[in-house]
Amino acid sequence: MLTCKEFLQELNEFLDETADQELRERLMTHVSECPNCFVIFDTTRKTLRVYKGLEAQEIPDDVHKRLMELIAKRCKCSGASGGGA
Amino acid sequence: MAETNLTSEVANTEELGLVTQARSGDGTAFSDLVRRYERKIYRLAKNITQHDEDAEDVLQETFLKAYEHLPDFQGNSKFYTWLVRIAVNEALMKLRKRKTDRTVPLDEPVDTGEETVVREIAVWDEDPERQFSQEELSQILNDAVQSLKPAFRTVFVLRDIEELSTEETAQAMNISIPAVKSRLLRARLQLREKLTRFFKRKGDDVFAYL
Ligand SMILES: [Zn+2]
Repeated sequence: MLTCKEFLQELNEFLDETADQELRERLMTHVSECPNCFVIFDTTRKTLRVYKGLEAQEIPDDVHKRLMELIAKRCKCSGASGGGA
Repeated sequence: MAETNLTSEVANTEELGLVTQARSGDGTAFSDLVRRYERKIYRLAKNITQHDEDAEDVLQETFLKAYEHLPDFQGNSKFYTWLVRIAVNEALMKLRKRKTDRTVPLDEPVDTGEETVVREIAVWDEDPERQFSQEELSQILNDAVQSLKPAFRTVFVLRDIEELSTEETAQAMNISIPAVKSRLLRARLQLREKLTRFFKRKGDDVFAYL
């Protein structure tokens, strides 16, 4: 049986599903028998889920505009924005 | 191993075509690449620097440098990964400049002695995020990320928000793979702990745990 400390050390492998079969089974056994580690595993999994679900905000219009202008100017790309080189 | 499937093979080939065109001086091709990634690079820059002006500087510098160094792009890695590496460098430089009084040990090993101390254990609601508006939620999540030390924050942003692989993150930050892993674990556990305050099921007791 893994100790709680060992379980935590391997938590990333468990969350990312990169543990090999044998380790995975030992981790599963641990969470099924240790309520504390189950809660840590479950809440960390939810933590990742909420972050991944967060939509990337649109880039502000003025930031986008300044970027394209700068690129048009510095890179002499005539196609980068309205202004040619 | 975990591969980031941000782009399929086909999209990859198409992108390589754009890069080749841009390299030969095709401005439209380069601005297509900019439009494709500006949003992600800006988000990355903002997440790492936590500063609007710095983020914009990083965004601009990243694409200017990318343009300048296009001939050096080997095509061994994805264009996006290459871009991220430039952006991370620029963002870290900004951070160092802001913290002139205290150097940020971004590329040095961080003390990992107590990395797995968990203090708070409480059951969360099944879908805790549903109890908040989109605006409240992003405020909560951003505040939590902001409270992490830059060395942890950057690893978390690259791995769990931008979904780079462990290897790509190590490359982008110029640190070892074990360093990425231990910082990521610490970042995840710290965030979990910070979010528990908002997401725990009402009425449950919180108990101490080593
Ligand atoms: Zn346990």
